[in-house]
Amino acid sequence: MSDADRLHLYGSEFGSRLFIGTARYPSLAALENSIRASECEMVTVSLRREAGGTRSGESFWSLIRNLGVKVLPNTAGCRTAKEAIATAQMAREVFATNWIKLEVIGEEDTLQPDVFGLIEASRTLIKDGFYVLPYMTDDLVVAEKLLDLGCQALMPWAAPIGSGRGINNPFALRALRAHYPNTPLIIDAGIGAPSHAVAVMEMGYDAVLLNTAISRAGDPVAMARAFGLAIKAGRSAFLAKPMTPRDMAEPSTPIIGRPFDQLI
Amino acid sequence: MRILVNGLQRDVRATTLCGLLNELGYEDQKVGTAVNQEFVRSKDREMIKLKEDDAVEIVTPRQGG
Repeated sequence: MSDADRLHLYGSEFGSRLFIGTARYPSLAALENSIRASECEMVTVSLRREAGGTRSGESFWSLIRNLGVKVLPNTAGCRTAKEAIATAQMAREVFATNWIKLEVIGEEDTLQPDVFGLIEASRTLIKDGFYVLPYMTDDLVVAEKLLDLGCQALMPWAAPIGSGRGINNPFALRALRAHYPNTPLIIDAGIGAPSHAVAVMEMGYDAVLLNTAISRAGDPVAMARAFGLAIKAGRSAFLAKPMTPRDMAEPSTPIIGRPFDQLI
Repeated sequence: MRILVNGLQRDVRATTLCGLLNELGYEDQKVGTAVNQEFVRSKDREMIKLKEDDAVEIVTPRQGG
């Protein structure tokens, strides 16, 4: 990716348009090598309960700090705005960042965002100085509300978290992209294969955030590399302005001069 | 005093959040804390008095998606 085509989010610049989650890897070594292979510059992290004296999260956190990547704490699993706000505030102190991937889950089977809770939590957190990256559905009205509150980027889902289904509703994602041509839009959730990532990047999405598609692959490190390449390919294709599809065929070889044509 | 710590009932001697962290062995660990779903800054933990049935959350960095 050229230096001129860097992603700008909340005043920070990113050379990579791929962000990856750090959960569900077979080992810390696989996580480390996957982050390196993906060439991503920001990874998501979370906060979880820990019993005193166990220090069970320490090796993970030490690894992430040593890699030097930017961290994006999440509020994964929060089911109310109040839980999400408190989690974000704890994350700000523990991770020393005001960036937050804001999730308020509204439904168990699909892990669909509770957009009402999301808007409520966003309002409070933005006033409190957070850089909110809201995990949302592909709803235009919700997008408008979040931008009105001061969100500088949006993170619509492609499909339910961890499903790997790819783009469930291409029309809605195209509409969102068309409606907000200048707002950073990051696809978060549902990407299962590099081809899905290429597709959303070709649509003009600014970046992709994914976790399970890499961590649960047979070879996470190779898949991380594949996603890194896919993101670059999709972005390059978008910038190159893909041709407009047609319903009917159009010869690519010139018709004029074709042998055996009857000229008179 | 009986309180909830990370979702589990505990009998504790500590009367402040700071005292609770020491009693439960967190010592110098970097943790995030909340009492009754309200965030408590590390610098305020000594001032926060615990009372019966309080729900305390103590969290640390972990993998996340």
